[in-house]
Amino acid sequence: MTAARKPDEDRGEDPVELPPQPIEYSSTTSIRGPLIVVEGVEGIGWNEVAEIRLANGEVRHGVVLDVHLDHAIVEVLEGTAGMRLDGVRTAFGGGPMSVPVTEDWLGRVCDGRGEPLDEGPPILGSRRREITGTPINPAVRIPPSEPIITGISAIDGLATLVRGQKLPIFSVGGLPHLELAAQIAVQADVAGEPFAVVFAALGVTHADAASVRQTLEARAGEREAVLFINTADDPVVERLMTPRLALTVAEHLAFECDRHVLVLLADVTNYAEALRQVSAARGEVPTRRGYPGYLYSDLASLFERAGRMRDRAGSVTLVPVLTMPAGDITHPVPDLTGYITEGQLVLAKDLHARGVYPPLDLMGSLSRLMRRGTGAHLTREDHPELSDQLYALTARALQAAELAEIVGADALPAADQRLLTFRATLEREFLSQGQEEARTLETTLDLGWQVASQLPAAELTMVSRQTLAARYRAKEGDAAHGHVR
Amino acid sequence: MELSAGTITRVNGPIVEVAGMRRLGVGELVTVGSRRLPGEVLSLASGGATVQVYEDTSGLRPGEAIAATGHPLSAELGPGLLGGVFDGMLRRLQDAGSWLEPGTLAGALDPERRWRFTPSVRAGEDVGPHRVLGTVPETDAITYRVLVPHELAGKVEMIADEGEFTVGEAIATVAGREITLAHRWPVRRPRPAAGRLRSGRPLVTGQRAVDLLFPLCHGSTAAVPGGFGTGKTLLLQQIAKWCDADVIVYVGCGERGNELAELLEDFAELEDPRSGHRLMERTVTIVNTSNMPLLAREASIYTGVTVAEHYRDMGYDAVVIADSTSRWAEALRESAARTDELPAEEGYPPELSSTLAAFYERAGRFRTLGGEEASVTILGAVSPPGGDLAEPVTAHTRRFVRTVWSLDRQLAYARHHPAISWTDSSSRDAEAVAAWEAAEGNAGWAGRRREALQLLFDAERIASVAQLTGVESLPAAERVTLISAMLLREGVLQQSALSLNDRNCAPSKQAALLALVLEVHRALLASAGQGTAIERIEALDLSDVARIRDECAPDDVDAIARLQADIQGRIGQLG
Ligand SMILES: Nc1ncnc2c1ncn2[C@@H]1O[C@H](COP(=O)(O)OP(=O)(O)OP(=O)(O)O)[C@@H](O)[C@H]1O
Ligand SMILES: [Mg+2]
Repeated sequence: MTAARKPDEDRGEDPVELPPQPIEYSSTTSIRGPLIVVEGVEGIGWNEVAEIRLANGEVRHGVVLDVHLDHAIVEVLEGTAGMRLDGVRTAFGGGPMSVPVTEDWLGRVCDGRGEPLDEGPPILGSRRREITGTPINPAVRIPPSEPIITGISAIDGLATLVRGQKLPIFSVGGLPHLELAAQIAVQADVAGEPFAVVFAALGVTHADAASVRQTLEARAGEREAVLFINTADDPVVERLMTPRLALTVAEHLAFECDRHVLVLLADVTNYAEALRQVSAARGEVPTRRGYPGYLYSDLASLFERAGRMRDRAGSVTLVPVLTMPAGDITHPVPDLTGYITEGQLVLAKDLHARGVYPPLDLMGSLSRLMRRGTGAHLTREDHPELSDQLYALTARALQAAELAEIVGADALPAADQRLLTFRATLEREFLSQGQEEARTLETTLDLGWQVASQLPAAELTMVSRQTLAARYRAKEGDAAHGHVR
Repeated sequence: MELSAGTITRVNGPIVEVAGMRRLGVGELVTVGSRRLPGEVLSLASGGATVQVYEDTSGLRPGEAIAATGHPLSAELGPGLLGGVFDGMLRRLQDAGSWLEPGTLAGALDPERRWRFTPSVRAGEDVGPHRVLGTVPETDAITYRVLVPHELAGKVEMIADEGEFTVGEAIATVAGREITLAHRWPVRRPRPAAGRLRSGRPLVTGQRAVDLLFPLCHGSTAAVPGGFGTGKTLLLQQIAKWCDADVIVYVGCGERGNELAELLEDFAELEDPRSGHRLMERTVTIVNTSNMPLLAREASIYTGVTVAEHYRDMGYDAVVIADSTSRWAEALRESAARTDELPAEEGYPPELSSTLAAFYERAGRFRTLGGEEASVTILGAVSPPGGDLAEPVTAHTRRFVRTVWSLDRQLAYARHHPAISWTDSSSRDAEAVAAWEAAEGNAGWAGRRREALQLLFDAERIASVAQLTGVESLPAAERVTLISAMLLREGVLQQSALSLNDRNCAPSKQAALLALVLEVHRALLASAGQGTAIERIEALDLSDVARIRDECAPDDVDAIARLQADIQGRIGQLG
């Protein structure tokens, strides 16, 4: 990543004038933590990128954090370990950090700075864009209102992902959230319209990175996916860049190339920890649990890049994946994420222990935009009612289960016992599916009716009479069972 | 009009140091660098100043110029605000580009547009502060009144004839001063009024849990604390749509772009059931989403109240809705952190509490300088970190507002919306509303409220006993209470924002629904008292009581009366 070199006609930026040969400054007067001070600079702007050449020829990258007359304080992305004051030469790039924007990203596997990890050539483009992004004018947004089908019943049926939405996955260590994210990335589909997946792995292990890479290989091969991998042993400051890089590429694919783009960021908790570490190194005042006071705004500067815009065909949909430290949903990372996103998908340990995949906890999960993205013409006319009904029944089944804990299942009234059976069937037949199994929406909804129809029709009070007449399947053996693709 | 110019010596994010400027004031607005970014003077030292910039300073360099404006951050007030969408500094967003590049937004009002002005005074008349000089039909719903400035009195030396004027053209001269349709007002300074009045009529919100249990008056204040996803935004948006104020100022402060887009679509489509005009025509929307600059987010709250006060001065009842005040407080915290102020609780500056208090103090029912009775009501969402209601912003806000609608995560999980907790919420306006209702002939209002709250509390207590002993061991009357409280929750308090019939509920339908449940409760108690077996009572299908709110029109009281008669009949047949 280097500086913006070309003016961007589309967004009307000022052209950045670069000296033909960037001046190198060799007067480095101090090194402290990740920061170095370069003196004697001229015409350097705040937030400008820098290339730092060490005496041994090694090149590191930096950003201007503070510029005072002819002093620039530069944060070194790779850290300052091993650096000495003498022999360091710093050249500034003439503008904030930027990336080339081009469809050539599709099909590629890169590191967290956008350098190829595959065999391909470096990604070049005639146009570049700053990675911090520019806020979408809220007055040109249009509300998300069409679904993305993931092929996963729990999501499509009960917490539908909508184009332009940001819907995180809240998980805990040891649960298959990366597998789920990768499965979504592979299966997601928008009824044949142009589509792309941007997957940014943040601070993951090499093993996890390899498995995500393998899962996404085919889709990348079809030039429908790009993968950015920042592993746990990569520099922490780079971890702050990776999601911005991914989102900048995504915005281009969506709003200039008319694609529906699904961005997955995993694991955002690693990102937030990197932010905390960098903030502490800068000497900033910490707030809750040591995170900087701007954690909310910083996460929002990522997540709010999702959306749709008037007069543009594409969309950016965002699925951040995060692990809740100690399973605590009130921890600042899930908490602030929940305050920014439009709902959440919560994974639960007990479901995982019972062998349910994906282990989606229905009561904690909600897609706030589902109402607008489902129904006749979008999914199927019975979809919203069915989903409301399954939620309501699950809530009642949970109450019955709690009661059963106290008095024993046998002592429950018949209606409550039916609810317990309903819940078990829902988990087994509807929620559970294979990691490589993509269900059509029809299959998902039909399965939902099959489970709901185990209960007497009179108990399905959230469903209108017409829908009931059309969809309820009176018990008659096990005729329609799992016509699962 | 460049008053004085200087040079940037240092750029550290939004904090910029400048040299070579004289006669700057603290709080003065300046323009910074070649892109002329707006900034505010934080502090002064000999020959230099520290400036906080309102937009992204990427690329800004020492050596670039800075210019004074001579005035503090102020809002441009004039016709054309209603129906508009603005950022936190009241800069127009509708005609701006798709991406908010720094330095590209213009002012609030369209300088070209011509407005039809009709004078209401004659030349030679003596006029005082905030006297109406003339009117402009700003929208079909609201007439804009051009006022004499607050500090001016004297003779009308010139008054324009009826005609078309831009916001910058003079329509009058009073005591030697030219008056235009628009003027500027520093947003952090409350606009003056003649005096405060006692609270008056209730703000009818159309939301039953509010109007029946935790009401507020025009000119009052309310806060909505609740964790994420508990329903703060939906509740406030419902009130913005259906309440009986004249003007709504909706401030999306550090929140989501998507929900604002949806709200704007609704405002454009929905009609005010009272006036028949589109809701957009009475609404000013200020949006500073979470990814827009932090300082403008801090300003947005003040901009919003200033706009509301402006319409108040014209004699209107205005409501300011701020979602979320916690994001505003965070912006305060960030700018305090950047200026090395010593933090108090959780990193917030020590003045957090007095700042919150002063903000809510701008609400009230007033006698305007022009002699009208008018009000500003302030409603604020509060987003406590981790749902912790003891955190500073929530704790302080609760002390300063009159009504609290505390949203309960358990209720929200159970999809009981609006998830207004009956144990944690409160209204210091309830007595005033009761008195007003009684004077209007609704003597039963206060009694029904008391009964409803009693029923909810009783049921809560009984349910916790039943958890230990089982329902079977409860006396019949207590089992009836459990049934009735459920009807109250499902049939009255729950109200879906998505239901066409139920999203807005007229006071008559509200009263009828509550009366229905209370009457059913009495009938059930009587039946049990006369010896009807409790199992037979529990077996009664009362689901119609829960469903009627959704099935009958927003003011269909007769349907409810018919249902009541029907159910009382069925209960009568039991015993
Ligand atoms: N009155 C209501 N009717 C129907 N659904 C509701 C109602 N209130 C809340 N909800 C449901 O709860 C969801 C969350 O509501 P809302 O967006 O208002 O929460 P919030 O408290 O503002 O959350 P955040 O703090 O994250 O902004 C909605 O998307 C909707 O599904
Ligand atoms: Mg909200």
